[in-house]
Amino acid sequence: MAETTEIRWHGRGGQGTVTAAKVLADTCLSGGRYVQAFPEYGPERAGAPLRAYNRISSKELRMHCPVLNPDVVTVVDATLLDSINIAEGAKENTIFIINTTKAPMEMREKLGAGSKQRVITVDATKIALDCFGRALPNSPMLGALCKATGLVAIEHLLEDVKKSFGKKFSQKIIDGNLEATKRGYEEVKEA
Amino acid sequence: MAKVVAVTGNEAVANALRQVNPDVCGIYPITPQTDMMQRYASFISNGKVDTEAILVESEHSSMSACIGASAAGGRVVTATSSQGLALMWEMLHIASGDRLPIIMPVVNRALSAPLNIHGDHSDAMGARDTGWIQIWSENAQEAYDNTVQSFRVGEHMDIRLPVMVCLDGFIISHSIERMEYLEDAEVKKFVGEFKNLFPLLDLDKPKSYGPLILTDLYHEYKRAQHEVMTKVKDVVLDVAKDFEKLSGRKYGLFETYRLEDAEIALVILNSAAGTSKDVVDEFRNKGIKAGLLKPRLFRPFPYEEVAEALGNTKAVCVMDRADSFGGYGPLFMEVSSALYHLKERPLLINKIYGLGGRDYMPSHAELVLNELAEIAKSGKIRTYKEYIGVRE
Repeated sequence: MAETTEIRWHGRGGQGTVTAAKVLADTCLSGGRYVQAFPEYGPERAGAPLRAYNRISSKELRMHCPVLNPDVVTVVDATLLDSINIAEGAKENTIFIINTTKAPMEMREKLGAGSKQRVITVDATKIALDCFGRALPNSPMLGALCKATGLVAIEHLLEDVKKSFGKKFSQKIIDGNLEATKRGYEEVKEA
Repeated sequence: MAKVVAVTGNEAVANALRQVNPDVCGIYPITPQTDMMQRYASFISNGKVDTEAILVESEHSSMSACIGASAAGGRVVTATSSQGLALMWEMLHIASGDRLPIIMPVVNRALSAPLNIHGDHSDAMGARDTGWIQIWSENAQEAYDNTVQSFRVGEHMDIRLPVMVCLDGFIISHSIERMEYLEDAEVKKFVGEFKNLFPLLDLDKPKSYGPLILTDLYHEYKRAQHEVMTKVKDVVLDVAKDFEKLSGRKYGLFETYRLEDAEIALVILNSAAGTSKDVVDEFRNKGIKAGLLKPRLFRPFPYEEVAEALGNTKAVCVMDRADSFGGYGPLFMEVSSALYHLKERPLLINKIYGLGGRDYMPSHAELVLNELAEIAKSGKIRTYKEYIGVRE
């Protein structure tokens, strides 16, 4: 990957998308890297489409504006694919990571992805329901992103998920999220 | 040992305040500052600091409480944004007029109407003439560093003035970035024990603050405020020197970026300066001599130094994230005044950008730098003041 990786997250309010971006920033601090995580702030409503961003770089990050040409696009809610253009500003080698029950080839066709663009799917909502009984797909999406990009080792990510969720939730929920993160990492599909 | 963390600007500044552990903190919430004072309130509740919180019913009361506590002899802080700062307005003059070194982070936000919670500089620019020192910050690291340094500046025995530390609402206050904390003990030692000057609680020596002074001496009193402002620059630089020894991070009255041999330059405050630096690099790569000046100390404004730094350029654009409707942007007016005394000076234009949190993108900086290159070549200015990034 290039010295700076720019990530754009698409989710809906209440799915933990912003938390995922924050956890990723924290995890990527390792190895002396520079990080940013920031959502696009609007009226905060559960279910409303939202974007969040990460920048991860070996160089100091001075840019303070939304990511326009993402290296990675993470779609936490597949219903967004029909309402917004999640490929806006994508590069010729952008990686798309989509939470969906559908096959990666079907997604690739739907997006009209180029030959150098990677399309990766993971059924993150099902994983979340299996692991902790709630449709909060953020932790399996982090696992999938970790596998797809190699930005950070899964061990580091799991430590940070534990730390971050540990501030707010019970041991049962933490364990469920750790399991979900691992499964997200293991269950990615690519076409 | 410095600790590297990924935190929001609000969290960074709340931690700077925690490390200083002031005596009193006036607390009233307003977006986007709320989260900073909420964190500080947690530090108080969790026994991390022994600050006395004064929970008030408005920002006017918050500043009033701070004035009382500071005159009584305490080290005092508060924080605000936007309408909150506007509501404090008359009390801001009393804090500075009474020479009370209150420290106040201002998380910059647009002013109503229409209602908008996002970042621009209208709030602090509106407090330009209140007699407060103003220090501006590009990112979370600078907001933290400036907050730590502001205590030494405001509380200096030759100065004794309140200080605003400005950071961009949401763009910095709510974004997570990598930055470094100093050790608690290092900050405590750097800031030092609070020294009193004429505390009201020294009951053996009664004194009064803010008495009636009419035509006999008011004029002289105000001149004294002007005089003390002329000493601030040196103190800011001395404190920055000590801070560099401690942290390795260098601060001045302003930051220059690739300005030494620049022919065209941007003057721009806070977070948008960071975005602009990346674009300046792109122009340099194309062989265009672009540079940037980012003011840090806005009050008092370092006119001579700014004039010297920009004196050899051919064309400069001053970028304002606030407007004086019917006039130029507030930063433009300062830079323009600074350059007037030069025999040879650059051509100067003013762009208003990013009001109410409108994104400032690299393309905006490109647009302006291209216009400056054209002005430098032709010597002709199309328009002096213009809004950029406007939806037509």
